[in-house]
Amino acid sequence: MRYLFSLLLAAVLVFGVWTFVGYDNWLLGPSPESYHWWWAPEISTYGQRIDFLFRLIAMMELVMFVLTMTLLVAFVFKYSAPRKDKAVFSHGSHKLEMTWTAIPAGLLVVIAFSQMGTWADIKMGGHTKDKPVFAEIYASQFDWRFRYPGPDKRFGTADDFDTAYELVVRADEDLVFNLRSHDVLHSFFVPMLRLKQDAVPGMTIPIWFNVDSEEWQAAFEGQEDKTFDIICAELCGWGHYKMSGRIRVLDDESFAKWEAEQVARHFSNDEPAG
Amino acid sequence: MSSSTHSIAYDPAVDAPKPHHPVYDYDSGPPVDRGKFAIWLFLATEVMFFTGLIGSYVVIRTGAPTWPDPSSRLAVDLTAFNTFVLIVSSYFVVRSLQAIQKGNRGALLKWLGLAILFGSFFVGVQVYEYIHLVHEGSTPNVDLFWSTFYAMTGFHGMHVIVGVIWLICVWIAAARGKYSAENHVRVELAGLYWHFVDLVWVLLFTIVYLF
Amino acid sequence: MGTPGTVREHHEHHELGFIRKYIFSTDHKVIGIQFMMTGLVFFALGGLFAMAIRYQLAWPWHKMPLIGDVLFPETGGAITPEFYTMLFTMHGTIMIFFVIIPLLTGAFGNFLIPLMIGAPDMAFPKLNMFGYWAMIPAIFCVTMSFLTPGHGPAAGWTAYPPLSTVQSAAPGSFSAQTWWLMALTWVGISSMMGAVNYVTTIVKMRAPGMTMFRMPLTIWALMIAAILQLFALPVLTAGSFLQLADRVLHTGFFTPTNLLVNGLNPESMQAFDVAKGHFAGAASGGQPLLWQHLFWFYSHPAVYIMVLPAMGMASDIISCHARKPIFGYKPMVYSMCAIAGLGFIVWGHHMFASGMNPAMGMTFMVSTIMIALPSAIKVFNWLGTLWGSRIRLNTPMLFATGFVAMFIIGGLSGIWMAATPVDIYIHDTYIVVAHFHYVVFAGSVFAIFGGIYHWFPKMFGRMMNDTLGKIHFVGTFIFTNGVFYMMHQLGVAGLMRRTADPYNYETYRHLQPINQFISICAFLLFAWQIFFVVNFFYSMFWGKRANRNPWNACSLEWDAPSPPGHGNFDKKLQVFRGPYEYASPDTDDDNLRQTQEV
Ligand SMILES: [Cu+2]
Ligand SMILES: [Cu+2]
Repeated sequence: MRYLFSLLLAAVLVFGVWTFVGYDNWLLGPSPESYHWWWAPEISTYGQRIDFLFRLIAMMELVMFVLTMTLLVAFVFKYSAPRKDKAVFSHGSHKLEMTWTAIPAGLLVVIAFSQMGTWADIKMGGHTKDKPVFAEIYASQFDWRFRYPGPDKRFGTADDFDTAYELVVRADEDLVFNLRSHDVLHSFFVPMLRLKQDAVPGMTIPIWFNVDSEEWQAAFEGQEDKTFDIICAELCGWGHYKMSGRIRVLDDESFAKWEAEQVARHFSNDEPAG
Repeated sequence: MSSSTHSIAYDPAVDAPKPHHPVYDYDSGPPVDRGKFAIWLFLATEVMFFTGLIGSYVVIRTGAPTWPDPSSRLAVDLTAFNTFVLIVSSYFVVRSLQAIQKGNRGALLKWLGLAILFGSFFVGVQVYEYIHLVHEGSTPNVDLFWSTFYAMTGFHGMHVIVGVIWLICVWIAAARGKYSAENHVRVELAGLYWHFVDLVWVLLFTIVYLF
Repeated sequence: MGTPGTVREHHEHHELGFIRKYIFSTDHKVIGIQFMMTGLVFFALGGLFAMAIRYQLAWPWHKMPLIGDVLFPETGGAITPEFYTMLFTMHGTIMIFFVIIPLLTGAFGNFLIPLMIGAPDMAFPKLNMFGYWAMIPAIFCVTMSFLTPGHGPAAGWTAYPPLSTVQSAAPGSFSAQTWWLMALTWVGISSMMGAVNYVTTIVKMRAPGMTMFRMPLTIWALMIAAILQLFALPVLTAGSFLQLADRVLHTGFFTPTNLLVNGLNPESMQAFDVAKGHFAGAASGGQPLLWQHLFWFYSHPAVYIMVLPAMGMASDIISCHARKPIFGYKPMVYSMCAIAGLGFIVWGHHMFASGMNPAMGMTFMVSTIMIALPSAIKVFNWLGTLWGSRIRLNTPMLFATGFVAMFIIGGLSGIWMAATPVDIYIHDTYIVVAHFHYVVFAGSVFAIFGGIYHWFPKMFGRMMNDTLGKIHFVGTFIFTNGVFYMMHQLGVAGLMRRTADPYNYETYRHLQPINQFISICAFLLFAWQIFFVVNFFYSMFWGKRANRNPWNACSLEWDAPSPPGHGNFDKKLQVFRGPYEYASPDTDDDNLRQTQEV
């Protein structure tokens, strides 16, 4: 049992370390070949920062994991050997307690502080303040709908138009959206943008992102379809699993063209009398 | 693996429980009666319960765009009188405890009886108010004001009813001569609960009816 | 504290009948075993639900083997999305409220507290009995909840409104969700009765010489968990009453204005006006986020209610079978207190993506990251205990050490979730699922298994079979990691929880083989528990007879007979020292018991 159990613990250690530093690792992030395998590729401006923080924490976790698991394996193996004498009679060590309180405390403080800037930037920064709203996002059971202000850039005017399922955006620009829900909670989750925000009925929640066109092109290198998933990440009823959408990224020129088409369609379909 | 000097085999002479042994019941910790200790713990949970309710009330009310003036919808005068009745009943409970501490069972019955009467009167007025409001069409599903009104006063009302029943039980036990100057902790426990319920009402009356 | 109080001695000789002894018992030991049996039965049920979930995730919409035709005739035996929602809702509800909490606080709390502090019973034996019997209406309600034909509660174990309050948002959950809320309330009543009893017993009924700092860590942990129950649970109870009112009386606490559910406004359609005798509107204007605050104010501390007793039990088991005093007893106690204290101000970490004010998210992040510190201290102290020890690698020790290993993984992965920016991405993904299953399954359940193997001789007077126990451990350990470790990878890939068919999304399509691997491991893990079941029942009747102290342990419960009779101890107790004086130089033996005079 002694060998078997030590082996099991050691296997956890080795396998754990492999997930941190192996082929598609948590420490250095995905290699280009492994895109679309473990890691969802990251194509927004703040996505890199989130991934970096993930890896920063992963690094500290790896240190702690290796330290504690190695000691555990070593102690279990060494001290479960048959022996005649008694165990060490010790009730603890003040010095050790101080050490292993202070060092993790320091590490944790570092982790806490390293997160704040990014969080403030994404959630509290000026990115959504006093910016024109690019589009409004409406969640309802079980689809996503989007309302654009039209060429006049103002909502509540005649040239507002609606789309469903596909959100069309421009690249390399801070885009602000108002997120709303008609019925229950939903969550606007775009893995590739590292963006997730619950949609709460009764609340209007501003969100923003900026698609980095270079990263976007790289992630879809050689592929025809460069759109990507919108996922509902908050349980919203029986159809939760199929509440999908897509995001299409266009350059400024194509976007203007697309917008004009939509406005034309809007006037011809929705308000034939006007 | 085991290198103990003990024998670990089962030996009925040593290991079986000795029949007819005395039960040792120790008392450690602070010199407070167990029941009183427990009732304080229980009141702590009640405090948290009403913290949850009142907290929700405050959040909902401050989050609402408008909130009607309570006096435009509720009979504040009647309830103010009712509040007074409840406070007086608390005073009676204090008197009843004082009575039994001196060993005066008759006075205990008298004061406790009055407290029960006043407590029941409070419940009666609440029920009357509810019936009146429901007939007016002011049911909990009308708007948030009524939702919160019924939730706050309703949960408190249930506590008052429990309190009245508790006091009645104590009264019956007292009438059967269960309490004396030395043994009256159960009167005290019921009293603590009653004071707590009273206190919560003063708070609720202030925030639900007055402001 | 801990002044030796007066000794009340009274004699009781009468024998109790079967019903008074085993059904309506006021004996803490019987009540503990009642909780344990109930918990284990529900464990099997919750496990079955998990199997069905795993089947759907590995082979979505395939005909379910064995029971598919019976349950889903209309789909040709494949699961329906409504049923899937019911499954994960009930899996969470049952495992938390009917398995882990009743097993830790109900079973071990009841069984161990009086025995480990030297008391004859709980402070209020009748209240204790009612505490168990309050579980019966809870079981009835929860059964009604998932037996509601064809449907079930559809809002997850977190029951977020408006999905949980607006009936038309989840067709079919009408009465199921209401039953579910009532079940929760009854479980709460049961827990409250238990918690009042535990704290009073521990404070007031310790044997002479048993000071607070001579109590086993299990007792400390159970007391802290009980205090958490006392202060956190009432808030959830208040919240679930409000939610019940929203469903039944159509109040509007959690329902915002102008909802459009399936194109209809629930404000205008659903409430029945008793006074006027016709349908009237429902109130609205409430706040869905309010429920989340109320819910997590309890349910985060509930995580510690589920893990602190496990930590305490693991500490006791490790110290006993490593034949060495606990390393840093007081730091262990203080860190548990710190976990409990901080536990009250971290609930917002479940709401980083909810739309809560981001400034509050920042505060909750800091408190949550800091709560990792006391957990780390505990891990180091367990390692300190193992250092220089003389380990007896039997089944309880394997599970307790396994608990430490698994808790390291579960604890570390929690830091990702605490960090707000990282949580934007991983919130509600399988990293979260991996994290809390490492803490609650690989953590708490391992400690529960360890505890059962360790205290079984005290409970039933017989030893469990060690060979079968070791086989049980090895398989459980391997398959647990097979199931839950890979979920971290799924989370990194962005796979979110609670989805009946992830492959509906392009992002997740390549993850199916991993899910199949996980599911096969899960089936094996479930099947492997047969070794436990067989061992448990076989040993209960035919196991080797155990003497009073088969492990040569130091703590007080081993001074009582196995199993202890009425009133527990058949001799007068005097406690001289702490519970972990193994390897003491004061005796030739390697265990210096708490009651032993030198
Ligand atoms: Cu959804
Ligand atoms: Cu939490």
